[in-house]
Amino acid sequence: MCGIAGILNLAPGAPVTGTELAGMLQPLYSRGPDGQGTYLDEPQLVGLAHARLSIIDLAGGAQPIHNEDRTVWVTFNGEIFNYVELRAELEQAGHRFYTHTDTEVIIHLYEEHGLRFAERLNGQFAIGLWDVRARRLVLARDRAGILPLFYSRDGGRLVFASEIKSLLRGLSHRPQMNRVALDQVFTFWSPVGATTLFEGIEQLQPGHMLVAENGRVSISQYWNWIFREPGDYLKGSVEDLARELHGLLADATRIRLRADVPVGAYLSGGLDSTALVALMCEGGVKPNTFSLAFEDPGLDESEHQLAAAGHFGVNHRTIRVGDEHIRDGFVRTVWRAETPFLRCAPIPLMALSELAHRSDCKVVMTGEGADEVFGGYDLFKEAKIRRFWARRPDSKWRARLLQRLYPYLDITSARGQAYSEAFFGSGLAGKESAFFAHGPRWKTTAQGKVLFSEETRERIDGAAAVAEFAHALPAGFGAWDPFNQSQYVEAKTLLAGYLLSTQGDRMLMANSVEGRFPYLDHRVIEFANALDPRLKMRVLNEKYLLKKALGPQLPPGIAARKKQPYRSPDSKAFEAGRVEFVEDALSEASLKRTGYFDAGRVQLLWRKVKSGRAVSYKDSMTFIGVLSTQVWHGLFVDGVTPPGGRL
Amino acid sequence: MSVAEQVRQYILENFLFSTDVSLLGLDESFLERGLIDSTGMLEVILFLEETFGVKVADDEMVPENLDSVNRIAAFVERKKA
Repeated sequence: MCGIAGILNLAPGAPVTGTELAGMLQPLYSRGPDGQGTYLDEPQLVGLAHARLSIIDLAGGAQPIHNEDRTVWVTFNGEIFNYVELRAELEQAGHRFYTHTDTEVIIHLYEEHGLRFAERLNGQFAIGLWDVRARRLVLARDRAGILPLFYSRDGGRLVFASEIKSLLRGLSHRPQMNRVALDQVFTFWSPVGATTLFEGIEQLQPGHMLVAENGRVSISQYWNWIFREPGDYLKGSVEDLARELHGLLADATRIRLRADVPVGAYLSGGLDSTALVALMCEGGVKPNTFSLAFEDPGLDESEHQLAAAGHFGVNHRTIRVGDEHIRDGFVRTVWRAETPFLRCAPIPLMALSELAHRSDCKVVMTGEGADEVFGGYDLFKEAKIRRFWARRPDSKWRARLLQRLYPYLDITSARGQAYSEAFFGSGLAGKESAFFAHGPRWKTTAQGKVLFSEETRERIDGAAAVAEFAHALPAGFGAWDPFNQSQYVEAKTLLAGYLLSTQGDRMLMANSVEGRFPYLDHRVIEFANALDPRLKMRVLNEKYLLKKALGPQLPPGIAARKKQPYRSPDSKAFEAGRVEFVEDALSEASLKRTGYFDAGRVQLLWRKVKSGRAVSYKDSMTFIGVLSTQVWHGLFVDGVTPPGGRL
Repeated sequence: MSVAEQVRQYILENFLFSTDVSLLGLDESFLERGLIDSTGMLEVILFLEETFGVKVADDEMVPENLDSVNRIAAFVERKKA
């Protein structure tokens, strides 16, 4: 995959130096261990840097790469999967290539189409492009947010990088925490929009482009999650549409097999990843597969993983994760994620990418995105039930449908039912609200804010997080079916902000493994977004059309299997014994020093966790949120090197 | 300490992580405030059963009985009587 970085003087200033670029490359090592490269233009107004993970054109693909007369340069992290077709077109139009990389098509596309080049790309990317003649820097990020790209205006400079720890090396000062972002984390599970945990550092949003020219910086959007209005959905029989979807996914998978190294696959045991392995086999590739197994039987899916692997006859490896992995991997995960998080789910995923790395696998196909694109989450199902219930709020049997959703919450059918009804019924009157589906989740998460310090509360406006997000909804949103609206909200909050970054790219890159996401091929997304929502969720059968399209190739029973969302051990991992870094992070002295949380309240929660009484999701999320924030502060604000040295 | 006060203290310490009684009114609805979700309510029931020796039947687990400090206190009193 790689890591990129760069510095541009927006106004005349100190020349950019090779030393500065080398400094920024150093923390990107795990993203790009196979080589480094830099480019400095003549008056050293701009510098581009690149850390390489060699996947296509192993011998000849060193970056930054240039055009025929060295007037356009690019540093690029990602893959352009349709590069073969694009190259053919560009060569027809007279462009000459000097490498066999996918990277090079970006440069010639820019020559052909100017700032519209990104619209032709089918892939995952973070791009830094320098146009020598126009003295213009262009940054671009892929549509779904698969790869990261951060930037900051520092004095007269624009500094950008794949990861914040790289960016920090290019800044003249160490930034403080952006409390608004903390508020967003404790609502949406991550910062949203362009916000990051760091004051003065922004992220280029998915589907956006930044242009810096003549001392000015402007940002524009080239793609968004757009849904159709009722009456305008894709026409055709279920069979026809399923066939079309199958074709799209097969092609999305086929082009994602393009690599000069073997491509493996993550196998979770569920529909999405199993289907990908099926498609890969269909495409003539038998991938090595990798899975997570949990010591806690309530979380483990080994049986299904092994069944799938056996069915396809692939070489399968598993790593077994227990509470000690959570404790031992926590600090390193915060370091890689660069943000606090509320669930420990990323930690086992770092162990998984390490397994892939140790197995000499550099690339894995993975099923992330299917739930967002095809409406697979229980959140969507829950919202549907609630809306259905809202039509007859006094109806008991309507509410009983809710129980079907949550068997894994371990609430017996009668016990807790009234409560589940009341909880999920909250806000039934507001069923037309854009945030109807997400309301309960955000509200529960936000309970954690009760631990914020006075100081934190003063610096944020409690209602702002959701209000600001509401403000940024696209025109036409109000006319979309509520199911589609929920999908939009999910794509813009959880998917880009947390799943693809903290749980995705960051955990993969920690061990130099590249992930590829066929379900996030933009043609697949656009197709799904144009569908009648009833094809995504038919009554309560989630991902209906996807199952119809892929079901026939799967091992028996997989499609019918009840959805088991991926969950890892959480605060429970911290119940037993004394864990050094936790004692430090949650000590009264440490809490007072960081000032984000109320020390007394945190201590009470900590006591509750240690005693084994913190059984609810809410408590677990709050605990992990506070702990990861404290650890984050030590790593990024204090700049302390964690125990064990280099992470 | 009255039943109500004991209940309030438990909820303050375990859901608000505070000892400041002004943070929780005796008649405040937990549901409306989003303070206690369904798994949290199981926790409260466990507390009631252990602290006051009352058994809470499945069909008694309703907001009418449990959705505020005063409601819980009244419920416990009824059970003990």
